[in-house]
Order: sequence, then structure tokens, then C-alpha cells
Amino acid sequence: MTLVSVEGLSVSFPSAGGPPVRAVEDLSFALAPGGALGIVGESGSGKSTAAYALLGLHRGTGARVAGTVRVAGHDVTAADEAELRTVRGGVAAMVFQDPLSSLDPYQAVGDQIAEVYRVHHRGASRRAARERAVEVLDRVGIPDAARRARSRPHEFSGGQRQRALIAMAVACEPRLLVADEPTTALDVTVQAQILGLLRELREETGMGLVLVTHDLGVAAGNVDELLVMRGGRAVESGPVREVLRAPREPYTRDLLAAVPRVEVRREPSPSSSSLPSSPSVSAEGPALIEATGLRQEFGRGRRSVTAVDGVSLTLRAGETVGVVGESGSGKTTLGRMLVRLLRPSGGELRYRGREIGTLGERELRSFRSELQMVFQDPVSSLNPRRSVGESIADPLRAAGRTSEKEIVARVRDLLERVGLDPDAYHRYPHEFSGGQRQRVGIARALAPSPKVVVCDEPVSALDVTTQAQVVALLGELQRELGLALVFIAHDLAVVRQVSDRVVVMRGGRVLEHGPADAVYERPEHPYTRGLLEAVPRVG
Amino acid sequence: MIPYVARRLLGVVAVLLVLSVVVYATFYLAPGDPARLACGPKCDPEQVRQVRAQLGLDEPVYVQYWHFLTGVVTGHDYSTGTGVRHCDAPCLGLSFQNDQSVTGLIAQRLPATASLAAGAMVLWLVIGIGSGLLSVLRRGGATERVLTWITLAGTATPVFISGIGLLMLFCAYLEWLPFPTYVPLTDDPEQWAWNLLLPCLALALLESAKYARLTRSSLLETLAEDHVRTFRAYGVGERAIVGRHALRGALAPVIALTAADFGSMFGNAMLTETMFGLPGVGQLLVHATQTIDLPVVVGLVMVTGAAVAIANIVADVLYAVADRRVALR
Repeated sequence: MTLVSVEGLSVSFPSAGGPPVRAVEDLSFALAPGGALGIVGESGSGKSTAAYALLGLHRGTGARVAGTVRVAGHDVTAADEAELRTVRGGVAAMVFQDPLSSLDPYQAVGDQIAEVYRVHHRGASRRAARERAVEVLDRVGIPDAARRARSRPHEFSGGQRQRALIAMAVACEPRLLVADEPTTALDVTVQAQILGLLRELREETGMGLVLVTHDLGVAAGNVDELLVMRGGRAVESGPVREVLRAPREPYTRDLLAAVPRVEVRREPSPSSSSLPSSPSVSAEGPALIEATGLRQEFGRGRRSVTAVDGVSLTLRAGETVGVVGESGSGKTTLGRMLVRLLRPSGGELRYRGREIGTLGERELRSFRSELQMVFQDPVSSLNPRRSVGESIADPLRAAGRTSEKEIVARVRDLLERVGLDPDAYHRYPHEFSGGQRQRVGIARALAPSPKVVVCDEPVSALDVTTQAQVVALLGELQRELGLALVFIAHDLAVVRQVSDRVVVMRGGRVLEHGPADAVYERPEHPYTRGLLEAVPRVG
Repeated sequence: MIPYVARRLLGVVAVLLVLSVVVYATFYLAPGDPARLACGPKCDPEQVRQVRAQLGLDEPVYVQYWHFLTGVVTGHDYSTGTGVRHCDAPCLGLSFQNDQSVTGLIAQRLPATASLAAGAMVLWLVIGIGSGLLSVLRRGGATERVLTWITLAGTATPVFISGIGLLMLFCAYLEWLPFPTYVPLTDDPEQWAWNLLLPCLALALLESAKYARLTRSSLLETLAEDHVRTFRAYGVGERAIVGRHALRGALAPVIALTAADFGSMFGNAMLTETMFGLPGVGQLLVHATQTIDLPVVVGLVMVTGAAVAIANIVADVLYAVADRRVALR
């Protein structure tokens, strides 16, 4: 008997003033009891929509669901409300992506678990339910579970919140766990712990797993079967090793090729002879930025937090320095100080020999166009009410030297350079995809002809194939323009693909600093070794 | 929490000081002669001058203001023409019109207004949150439309219409309730409640649509949050989801609005007070403004201001109690 059997599943969402959006079309798959299936795909592939259908979560949302979904003998699409409620949690439990927002902020974590437990164990007393909550919290590795059960979610760390959500699932003893990007919001070391916990729990309880993820590395080490989706349809499915080692479909091959790999050296850049005007990419270029003992404190007195604690760094023309670290390591704060979006609280910051760390806003103005930044979220870092051309033109106008005609010509040139249609000048951000928007963000940073560009997680919101394109674009532009790049990211593999030198940060300090290949192949600091070991690998 | 409340109360004192300065300045700049109004139409200029001196209106405005401030803290002696009257602290002065102590006047009338405001608040919260909640639970159905319609009609009807309607229905035709007369709470709590029911209801009907809409939209917003999805995915019933997980978050804006509305009832409920013959501060304020009775106006502005400010402190504390992530500082 199968645990999950999905046949001809289609889900479509009504859209205002248009044909319904077909999120999933004619999807079929099955899962044996105790098995693990990975559903992978890029954003918009319908993988989460398919997973939600396993618990009948589209009911009442206006979505149209066709086909059959059977989970442990229950026909989810035909079940009545009461049956559906017993399936949800009791038969199939779900773990969501964002552990912060997925728990009720107003209630103690233990009470939330106890409430769910009592839904599925009608006879259980409040006290028994609370005891069960403490038991499962202890099981998922929350230290001092009896006391922590009374804490609210905001008192937990990100990893602990995800453990608590998993505890909620475990409390109901489901036969199937559906995990929707369970580790995407977590740091890589925490991700490894959570994935390890899921493996242990499966061995212990024999529950099946449907793991939805965009990360092929995460899928590779944690499932038996793989289903690759694109545009709502199944592209390819089969045993995970076969699919990853010998993909049959071209799309799967492209997807695999685009995944940055932490164990692979950076591709040597095309020789400078093919681009006669480019400056040499040696590490011996003139030093543009020299930071010494840079510090940043937020807040005052007892509440003050030191975000960056004595970081020294040199950045030369034409080179890329990668900055890696987990959340809270101070990498973004460092980046913002380097372009003087933040004023350092201490230390020296020199740009071409001149101290800029202490300059006021007015004196900084002449440096602004040379120090630029590309931000993580291409959606929120562009003004939705201005056309992209205007957004790119803003820094040119702020510099205030050229005429309107020259500005428009320059913006069109920039759009073309980042691989967009120059006629896109008058279009608005919502008309572009995520990758295109990040190209706009890059064009905006390049507009005032900067010497230094700090990219803060420039590709972490993008799909792997788009990621690869944007990374390639940054490399090209760097060679053409001789830019000095600072590439800040939590993804160690991406950083390796772009960086000449790498800085590893933790708790505001630099733990390790050196040529990229040396740091990745012969890490000196145990923390760096731990980080590298935690990276999930595709095969 | 106690240092926080203490600091906020100091803030209230500062606000009240500013308010009193503004009222004094407005009064000083406004046309009209309070001495003439206090003396009466038959007074000759000499008598008016005497009255002016007696009321202290011949002194410079900052001296008058200083007397007011010292009066609040230490009390003040007033000449009444024939003798001296002592006014104990907190002394808000004597009415220009009849030499009565303003503190006493307000203290006499405050209970009626406070009862009305508190009763109305309870009713508008019950009606507003209740119908907001019901329209979310039965969203898309006829119940939702009817509820929206009723609450909107309540808001669109002025108090003097809905008041008369309520009086005619419940007192004249059905004879379920007596025509309201104010009975102090300390005299007879049961009669107090019955007599206040209609005025509170009239006022609450006016306010409740706002609360119904706010509750509804705020609830729908919290229902779309991720943590609600979690409980749906674990088979928790809709009623438990709304009541236990969504309502608490949805009530934050309701608390804030209630604080502001409750405070402003002390100045805005005069129509209802007049309609139902309640001896509240509203009537006093109207009369004092017409006769340029500065001490009474200042006193009432102080009381209203204090009510608004204190209601807001209570709201902020409730906020922090409801949501432990909110830090009071």
C-alpha cells in the first residue's frame, strides 16, 4: 500500500481580470510508507502548491483543485471538513519555511503544541497535553524543555523555532511529514542540524517525508526519490542518485549545471587579451579601500551591541573580496560602512589614501558616486512607483553634472550593458522578473561610474539559473570596468565562484582571511571547517 | 512597568501645562468681556470695573495664570466682594458666573459623564467586536451584509434621532425601561445601570460601526498570517483559530482606538447628555464657553485632557500585556 498517491493533480488560482493561473498541472506521484520524496524546482514551479494539496490546504482559498490526492487511505480532495481535520496533523503534518512567522507570537510554544495535540487526542487532559509538549520539545533538542515550553517564539533562536515546529509535528505522531523549504531561512550550520534531526526522527518513527526545496544539495542528502518540477508540471522523477548523476531531461541538466559548488575552483577568467582595454586582474592593483580596526556599535550604554569589532581589510582595483558569515556575523554592517552608508564608530577607513570614515555628509558627496552598493532584495530596493530608467538615472542626477539628454543616453547604455532592452526605460519594476530587477539594481549601482561596488547578498533571492547569470554578469562588468567588488553572501559556494580573496566573519570579527582556494581547501579556523562541512553537496 | 507609568504620568502633567497655557492665551485673545457678562446687562461701567477687579481680570494675564497654577498646587483665597473665600487645593478657581468652586462643579458632574463614557465603551466594544467577529466567521454570507448594514445605519444616525427612537420604543411603547433620570452609582447601582442603559446604547450605536469595521479588517489581516496557516494545517477548527490565535493580534488597533475615543467622550458626549437629561460635564462646558467663564473652561479642558492622556497610557500598558514582544520604555 502506498502512503501518498497523487494522480492528475491540477491546481489553479483565479486571477483578477485574466485567465486563472495554473500553478500545478496534471501532476502524479506516489510515496511508499516510510519513504522520502524530494520535490525540487525554481520559484513558480508549483512545488509548494503541490505540497499544500497533500493536506487539502487549498480548500477555502478559492483555488480550483482537480485530480485525486490520497494520503494513508484518506481521499483528501473528497474528504469532508471533519475528516480533513483528522488528516491534518494526525496523518500528515507540515513544517513551514519561515519558523518565525509560523508560530503564534502571543502564546507560549508549549501551549501551542499542547493545543494541536489535543485536537488529535480528544481525551487528553490539558496537563497530559502539556507534558507531551515538553516531551517532544526535549526530543527535538530544545535544552531545558520544561522551562522553555513556557517561552514565546520570539525568545527562541531561528533554529530552535524550527525545532519547535518539528516538535509540533512529532507530537501528533503523523505517518507523513511535509516540509516546505524547512531550512531555507536558516544558517548553513543550523540547516545541517535540522536536516540531521529530520533523519533521526524518520528512523525512529518510520514516518514518510515529502521535502520541498529549491536547493538540490539539500534534496540530494535527504530523500530517496526526486521529482523535478517546472511551470507546474513534472519534468523528471526517479531515484535521487539516478536523477542527479544522469539526468535525462535537458532542464534537469541545466538546473544541475547552474548549482554553484563549494568544492569546485573558480573558473579562470577569460584572458585579458580578448578584452584589450581591461586593466589587469592581478591582486597587485592599487589599493582603493584600506580599513583598519573598523568598529560599529549600535545603541548606547548597557544595551549597546557591537556589530563589527575591529575588522581590517584591503580592497584593490579589479579584485573581488568575498565576505561570508552566518546571520549576525556583521557582514552587512561591514559592507555598509565600506561605502559609508554607515559611519564607523571606530577604526580607520581610507579610500585612495584619504580618510573617509569620519567625513560628514557634505564632504562625502564627492565620493558617493565612486562607492556604490547592490542590495539583496531587488523587489524592495527599487521604488515601485518610478520607472526603472528613472531609478537608474537618480544617482546620475544626484551627481548633477550632465544634461538630461546625456542622462537618458547613459541609462539606455547601462540597460543594454546589464542585458536588458534599452527600451525598458519607461517600464516599472513589477513588470520584471527577480533576476531582471537585480540587473536593474546593478545598472543603478554602475550609473555613476563607481570604482568600488559592494554587493550585499546580490543573488540570494534568486533561483540558481538566474543566480548563475547575475554572477556571470558581475564578473564581466568587473573585467570591463576594472571594478573592485565586495561580495557579501551566506552561500559559501557562490562566494567561491566569484572571489579572489575570502573573509570569514563571525560575531563581528574576521576569523580567517586569505586567497579563496586556500580558505576553501585548507581552512585554518575550526569554524570555517565546520561551515564548509555543513554545506549540502549535490553528488 | 511602574517606572514607565510614572514617566508617562509626568508627561501628562507636561501636556496639561501646555494645554492650560493655550487656553489662557486663546481666552486672552478672544473678543468679549467676561466681567460684563458676569455682572449682567443692567450694570453700569463702574460696576463692571468693580466686578473686573474682583474677578482679578484687571491683572496682567501672566499674573492670572500664575494664580491659577499656585491655586492648583496650594489652594487660593478669593475675594467675593463682601468677604474672602478660601478654595482648597487642587483649586481650579471660582466660576465667574456664580462664584462656585470649579473643582466642586466638575466633581459634581464628572460621575455622570464618566458613567456614560464607560457604559458606552463597554457596549460599543461588545457590539463592535461582536459583529466584526461574526462577520468574519460568516464571511461572504448574508449575516455579514446585514451586520455591516446595521452598524453603518447606527453610525449614520445622529444621537438625537436614535435617542428619541430608543426612548419612544423602550420607554413609551414597550414600557420596559423608565424614562432615564440620573441616579448616582453610590445611591443605587441597579437603578444607575437601568437608567444609563439607553443613553449608553445611543452613544455606543454611533461608535460601534467603526469598531466592527476595524475588528473585521484587522482580523482578516491576522487570519492571512503564517501562524494561522500553521494551525489550519494541524486541523485546528476555524472557531478556535479565530478566537485563540487571530483575535488577540487583531485587537491591538482596537485597544488604541478605544483609548482615544473613551478620552474624547468627556468633551464630546454633550449631545447625548442633553438628550437624556444627564447632569454631565458636556452641558457645563457649553454654558461656560458661551459666558466666557474662563476658570470653568480651563478646568474642563484639564479634566478632558487628563482623561485622554491617561486612557492612552492604559492602552499602551494593555498593548504590552497583550503582546509580550512590546517593550515599555
